[in-house]
Amino acid sequence: MHDLTNAFLELIRLTSTDLPTDVEQSLIEARDRESPGSAAKSALDTVLQNVAMARKNSTPICQDTGTPIFYVQQPEGWSTQALREQIRTAVAEATARTYLRPNAVNAITGLNSGNNLGDNAFPTIHFEEIKGDELIVDLMLKGGGCENVGVQYSLPEGRLGAGRDLEGVRKVVLNAVHQAQGRGCAPGVLGVAIGGDRGSSYYGSKEALFRKMDEPNPDPQLAALEERLTEEANQLGIGPMGFGGETTVLGVKIKGMHRLPASFFVSISYMCWAHRRRRMTVRGSDIQYL
Amino acid sequence: MYNLSIPISDENILQLKVGDSVSLSGVMITGRDTVHKWMIETFIKETRQMEGDDLQVYQAIKRLLNGGALYHCGPIVAGLETGDYRFVAAGPTTSIREEPYQGDIMRHFNLKAVIGKGGMGPKTLTACHEVPGVYLHAIGGAASLIAQSVQRVIDVHKLDFGVPEAMWVIEIKDLPLVVTMDAHNNSIHAEVETRSMVELEKLLAT
Ligand code: SF4
Repeated sequence: MHDLTNAFLELIRLTSTDLPTDVEQSLIEARDRESPGSAAKSALDTVLQNVAMARKNSTPICQDTGTPIFYVQQPEGWSTQALREQIRTAVAEATARTYLRPNAVNAITGLNSGNNLGDNAFPTIHFEEIKGDELIVDLMLKGGGCENVGVQYSLPEGRLGAGRDLEGVRKVVLNAVHQAQGRGCAPGVLGVAIGGDRGSSYYGSKEALFRKMDEPNPDPQLAALEERLTEEANQLGIGPMGFGGETTVLGVKIKGMHRLPASFFVSISYMCWAHRRRRMTVRGSDIQYL
Repeated sequence: MYNLSIPISDENILQLKVGDSVSLSGVMITGRDTVHKWMIETFIKETRQMEGDDLQVYQAIKRLLNGGALYHCGPIVAGLETGDYRFVAAGPTTSIREEPYQGDIMRHFNLKAVIGKGGMGPKTLTACHEVPGVYLHAIGGAASLIAQSVQRVIDVHKLDFGVPEAMWVIEIKDLPLVVTMDAHNNSIHAEVETRSMVELEKLLAT
């Protein structure tokens, strides 16, 4: 087991400055769907220019580099304490090198720590021990603007006529997209968890966002719902930045979970177009970034 | 496409309509949540005693905001150790959080342009009509690109609010923006909200 601080630093740099190509491809397709001369099309043109420039200059795609959320899957024998220390050192270093904005604000005193290190939840690090010999680290940078438009529903939801079934899920998700308007930097990607408790449900909604844009849900029922929701959300016509237009969401990713008999939560994490997620794998001295 | 420079005249403001593209140049300042609260409490409602360099900062920004522009932005800045500041990434932040404060700030300072993302509500729209002023929408997330429009960082006030919350005085050139709220009571945000509500109701009824 070696020191991965520099590898984590590179993972952060890539995540902040180099948008995954599947997301970029979705944005290109969305741009091409907007009508010529519209504010929506020019917004997406600007977005794509920005993506190219950030990659070329190795500067952050967006200044809000959000909460860094790490999902670490470590084989037996790795020390999670050591990994946590290395991740925190890399986060502070990435902040000094302006790959990340200092974002950790003490909620009681209002003071910004200046280096992105707060309590144990900032940066957020989830550990899970796995079989095999490969260490897998996923990183997501979740911006504040889109995090603020995320929402959790407890079904049944009388006002929307949403019952405890997939039809009810459809209704609350559409309502969430309407409420968000352009404020989460539309067009976004929706991570939706059905079930869980209030905590695990939100957690699941973020995990769902790691699935690639072009990778359908393995459950055919949920795959159909994802498609339908994408289409219907776009019928709302909110469009890029809320300027009005064809594309309001780039995709919907659903995760089914278990729930208590008494609870039926639907949690929606809205991810802005700047969908920054990356994976790093480590096997022996071989490090890959995906 | 309108080329505007700061300070902006009433005449220029009045000719702008929602949907127009604007390219903005001149000196402006950034300000977000902490700044808005600080302005309102210290100088407008005066519920908080001035302290430290408050008065000095007030006088400096008053000059810049008169006829000027306020950008809702919490940038990433290089050169923090040396004071040789440079904007690395500087996209807009969500404006609606400033809705309780914005209108009063526009009136107090004769602020002509509020720049941000996501639009604002009826109180700000009324102030746009009265002052007159406009809300200019920057492209959310286009941070590296927008940072290129920042020619130089002239000064910074209240750095103790934290880098994102400080007031950065910047000179911009050709910042690309869209008018989404004008001085004639029009708001793209209100329109889109209403139109999408009609669609939502149809979809919920199926
Ligand atoms: S919502 Fe996303 S793209 Fe928009 S400002 Fe926040 S992090 Fe950036």
